[in-house]
Amino acid sequence: MKKTLLTAVSVLVLSSPLAITAQASEGGGHPLPDVDLTFKGPFGTYDKASLQRGLLVYRQVCANCHSLKRVAFRNLSALGYNEDQIKAISSEYTVQDGPNDDGEMFDREGRPSDRFPSPFANDKAAMAANGGALPPDLSLITKARSGGADYVFGVLTGYAKAPADVTILDGQFYNTHMTGNVIKMPPPLSAGAVDYEDGSPKSVEQYAKDVSTFLAWAAEPEMEQRKQMGFKVIIFLLAFAGLMYGVKRQIWSKVH
Amino acid sequence: MSAGPRTPFENKFVEWIDSRLPLFTMMQKEYGVFPTPKNFNYFWNFGAIAMVMLVTMLLTGIMLAMNYTANSGMAFDSVERIMRDVNYGWLLRYMHMNGASFFFIAVYIHMFRGMYYGSYKAPRELLWMFGVLIFLLMMATAFMGYVLPWGQMSYWGATVITNFFTAFPWIGEPIQQWLIGGFSVDNPTLNRFFALHYLLPFVIVAVVALHVWALHVTGSNNPAGIEPKSKDDTLPFHPYYTMKDSFGVTVFLVLYAIYVFFMPNALGHPDNYTLANPMVTPPHIVPEWYFLPFYAILRAVTIDIGIPFTEITLITAKLGGVLLMFGSIIVMFFLPWLDSHPVRSAKYRPKFRVALLLFVVAVLVLGKVGGMPADVPLFHITEDMIFTTTHVAQIGTAYYFIFFLVILPILSRTEKALPMPSSIHEAVLGKSAH
Repeated sequence: MKKTLLTAVSVLVLSSPLAITAQASEGGGHPLPDVDLTFKGPFGTYDKASLQRGLLVYRQVCANCHSLKRVAFRNLSALGYNEDQIKAISSEYTVQDGPNDDGEMFDREGRPSDRFPSPFANDKAAMAANGGALPPDLSLITKARSGGADYVFGVLTGYAKAPADVTILDGQFYNTHMTGNVIKMPPPLSAGAVDYEDGSPKSVEQYAKDVSTFLAWAAEPEMEQRKQMGFKVIIFLLAFAGLMYGVKRQIWSKVH
Repeated sequence: MSAGPRTPFENKFVEWIDSRLPLFTMMQKEYGVFPTPKNFNYFWNFGAIAMVMLVTMLLTGIMLAMNYTANSGMAFDSVERIMRDVNYGWLLRYMHMNGASFFFIAVYIHMFRGMYYGSYKAPRELLWMFGVLIFLLMMATAFMGYVLPWGQMSYWGATVITNFFTAFPWIGEPIQQWLIGGFSVDNPTLNRFFALHYLLPFVIVAVVALHVWALHVTGSNNPAGIEPKSKDDTLPFHPYYTMKDSFGVTVFLVLYAIYVFFMPNALGHPDNYTLANPMVTPPHIVPEWYFLPFYAILRAVTIDIGIPFTEITLITAKLGGVLLMFGSIIVMFFLPWLDSHPVRSAKYRPKFRVALLLFVVAVLVLGKVGGMPADVPLFHITEDMIFTTTHVAQIGTAYYFIFFLVILPILSRTEKALPMPSSIHEAVLGKSAH
């Protein structure tokens, strides 16, 4: 009885952080969709085809306003691109470099070691061009919002007609998943807007899913390596715990 | 550490060292043959577990510091560089981040064990007080560590916490400005917090050394709460407890690894992956989970205390909250005297046991409401009376202090203990007979 009581208390104490962090998400009051994404769960990995499509969506749609300043072109090897393909992608960008020997800044072709150039020179310029709202950098967006990739998917697909009791001003849009349900970003995705070459459906849902996957990778490029190492570490620790338990039992068997 | 009688070692090298500095004799005495009660349960693993976590935090922390830049313009970027470009930087950082949480889990269970089995009672009062001091130092270290990534929660957490000091009349504001090095949290704050975050762990190591030293003077308490009387009651520390601790530590590390590798951000807050912005306040500022009970106590005070029938305010609600929060830790230093009941273990004190388990429930509930916004309506009592999270925090806070200041002193005088075994040996035999 006493033992059960103690065990109950220790389980409570151990599990309390879990209970505490399970807070209601601060989104737009609508439950986030549980999107079927391949990288969820302990065994999940990124779907490379989806990552490549997501990159395409980012480059053709999101990159018009949103920077991705922590991701370098060389990192794209994780998406399954080889060196030449990465060089080809980076060379499509113009990067400001310098100063040169004459003290001048100059533009040059992007290299694999460069990071994605930002669409605006600074935050003020970005806000001026977007009606006062700052389009956030997307390098960490799935870690910086509760719900992660589900949240990104939710916002991208959450545009709807505003209910009668919500006032939407000019330049604003109603979104079921945005905090406060008001967003200044116009609906970014429309069916057929991005041309997929692999025959995947050119639907808003598919675009949102692919770009959410891509942004999850951008935020956590180490995820696959982390999970793989985690299995090795936990298998080792369990085996070692078993060994220690056996040793402990044998030593203690002589004690009365 | 005394130069007592010494048995020579056979190994010439060991003997050469030991005859000049009896390190090996000390290790043999304190960790080899050290007589340890034979009836420990698994709660006694958590001292060793806390020690392993402290070492983990030191090692990962030193390596992180090699790659971190303490500058408000560069800190966030340097952390992201650690995550993306430093070899195994993500591993170091996730181990350190989650290590803080698991260090606190270990220490909270260690403290609960000390309270349940009366480990703070004579002659172990000083041992307990060093423990509370370690806890206080850990809180300071963890708070300053959370500021270093310079995310939104880092910045606003630092702003809210240092703001406590302004609650003190006259001296409060100068103290706050002196602490943060300016009129608001900024680069000077980050620099000094980094310096202190690197310094304090070594102060913790020193106090841990005193804690362990004091432990080895009095010897360990045990689940029966009675002192060992004969050789039948104890076992040498090695191999009995070195092996039991190895098992317990490894099981704990499995739980730790699950968080580090599979849900590394579950215990953190998403807002801290957004760069600190003094112009944008997050809608809901919360500290790390291990501070939540104390945060709830801070926010529980909602009325100013003044002289009745006058307009004079003696203690503002803010100061009251700050005093209660500090008081909730200070009161732990006095625990050995607040509970002066001669019987140590809650096993033989049914009333104390219920009061203590309710205390644990109160702390967990405080933690829960500490993570929620204040004044969230929970249910209606009558038409216009609404029961809110603040009321829950007030009830929890009241029980927290009533437990220490009223229940313990009363139980010390009135509680009749259950019959106790005459020795540890008998306690162990009694259990196996059932």
